Amino acid sequence: MSILADANLRLDANAVDFALLACYFLLVLGIGYAARRRVSTSLDFFLSGRSLPAWVTGLAFIAANLGAIEVMGMSANGAQYGIPTAHYFWIGAVPAMLFLGIVMMPFYYGSKVRSVPEFMLRRFGKPAHLVNAISFGTAQILIAGINLFLLASVIDLLLGWPIWLSVIVSAAIVLTYTALGGLSAAIYNEVLQFFVIVAALLPLTIVGLYKVGGWEGLVDKVSNGPGGEAQVHLWPGNQLTGFESNLASVLGLVFGLGFVLSFGYWTTNFVEVQRAMAAKSMSAARRTPIIGSFPKIFIPFIVIIPGMIAGVSVTELMGENKEALLAEQAAPSGATFNDALLLLIRDLLPNGMLGIAIAGLLASFMAGMAANLSSFNTVFTYDIWQDYLVRDRDDGYYLRFGRLVTAGATVLAIGTAFIASSYANLMDYLQQLFSFFNAPLFATFILGMFWRRMTATAGWVGLVSGIVTAVTVFVLSESGVWTLPGQGAAFVGAGAAFVVDIVVSVGVSYATAPKPDSELAGLVWSLTPKKDRQHTTTGADAGWYRNPALLAGIALVLTIIMNIIFA
Amino acid sequence: MALRLRVFDIRLIIALLIGVYGLVITIMGLWFTSDADLEKSAGININLWAGLGMLVASAAFLVWTWLRPLAGPDESATDDDEESAEASAG
Repeated sequence: MSILADANLRLDANAVDFALLACYFLLVLGIGYAARRRVSTSLDFFLSGRSLPAWVTGLAFIAANLGAIEVMGMSANGAQYGIPTAHYFWIGAVPAMLFLGIVMMPFYYGSKVRSVPEFMLRRFGKPAHLVNAISFGTAQILIAGINLFLLASVIDLLLGWPIWLSVIVSAAIVLTYTALGGLSAAIYNEVLQFFVIVAALLPLTIVGLYKVGGWEGLVDKVSNGPGGEAQVHLWPGNQLTGFESNLASVLGLVFGLGFVLSFGYWTTNFVEVQRAMAAKSMSAARRTPIIGSFPKIFIPFIVIIPGMIAGVSVTELMGENKEALLAEQAAPSGATFNDALLLLIRDLLPNGMLGIAIAGLLASFMAGMAANLSSFNTVFTYDIWQDYLVRDRDDGYYLRFGRLVTAGATVLAIGTAFIASSYANLMDYLQQLFSFFNAPLFATFILGMFWRRMTATAGWVGLVSGIVTAVTVFVLSESGVWTLPGQGAAFVGAGAAFVVDIVVSVGVSYATAPKPDSELAGLVWSLTPKKDRQHTTTGADAGWYRNPALLAGIALVLTIIMNIIFA
Repeated sequence: MALRLRVFDIRLIIALLIGVYGLVITIMGLWFTSDADLEKSAGININLWAGLGMLVASAAFLVWTWLRPLAGPDESATDDDEESAEASAG
């Protein structure tokens, strides 16, 4: 990831813009301080005392994912691939989010585990738990580093500070509110961030569309530019997947992205699941990802469309520059697709809106990093420290330890920020991480939740084989044994990891002894009484508009409509 | 639990921030927009329009908070889910 670091990208911010930015930071730190008064136990700190309403956790669910990688990465993909990028939202997120709310949340919330790895511990025992906790923790530190690096890059552009100083200052701000207020501070800030991001990107999109002659004008310009007409149609998305054959591309999208990658990410990633676990009731927990799916359906319009607009209207990215970048060469202007959003903001927004746009970008980067930190500190404290290293201390000890871990993780993220800077395409990098950690995890979870015969040994052996498979595919494609441009390698790696995990788990299960049924109640579908899987429908959970299944149905229909409109 | 202080209502914080933003850029749009600014943003006075939009959004959050205040400290925010569909769909 390289952001164009010369004066071309320097945004012309004035005092008003800085004042608007300062307002935002004051509120962010204020929320951290206010949330601190509410933290008296470790559960308050790590899971907000399971007390938040569904609309708050639902927006946080989305905002936690609306970090730097999403906003910069998806607008970069929008500039590079066009409309097919929306697959990451419509097929690559919504179905999995609905599945999480409808099918999996009853187990996560109902079993009262405090983290996703803790579910692993109860279902499969220690080896699987350790593999999950350690791989998750490592991934979070790496991703926090990417978010931090992007945050620092924007501060660098804006203020001209050296990158190391920007990294440390931004890390200090995120650390302050997450260490003070724990998950509540992170979640409340995520909700605020969501609205600031929308306030920043929606006007940008509108101005951009005006500039290129409306939707018709955009479609026209993109179709006639490098990349051609394929960039204004969702399917089959060959450029995105890197598969030449239409059938392979569609299959890759549906099974690779839509099934393995997306279900792996959204249903087992504790960053997301933690937000739902902070909800105040089973019904609210189930609605969390479902409510989140509604903004998720519409986010492509304010992220991908600005990217596409940048690709046809920003001097440094259009024409021969886009052509060179699509051919994987350096653009004559020196810009990359990752600069798309910043260049568009520079070109279009006057002072005032500019300040809000910068606040929105910084908000998005902080949201991502705070989400990484707040899930990392929970897993590290509960699943590694409390379970294996320092057991049986009083709750206050773990609360204090959690704050310390947050600080430690921030220092590590500063280190990985510099690693992240050496990768050319953020999304490729991240997709690789997902295929490493999430696809096999999903295979193990889904099998473990629905097949009571699956044994503890199968749990960790399957998981390790899956991860090894993903790494093997990654190494083979990196070393040139296979060549798949675009995101194809990640789809193949994730798919292979999923299949290997399932096959190995089934094989090992038949060779080893299963856990007794009594230990699996609440963890496996067939052994959980129906009433434990259901939520109450009285009081604050009453009403058809709070029915998870109905809301999920509406979201699904909306998604299908989007696919038809943009097919 | 019962004695725990209710932190604040996040809806008010959102209304405050979006309201201040809306006010500032509406003023920018009304009195501090040069022809060069207008030309930059494709001929629309984006500060003015976005500012008005934000003021409306801020007012909507205030009305929501006023219509359905948080319940007591025990049961914070039990009652605000139906609007979420609209709020989040935006």
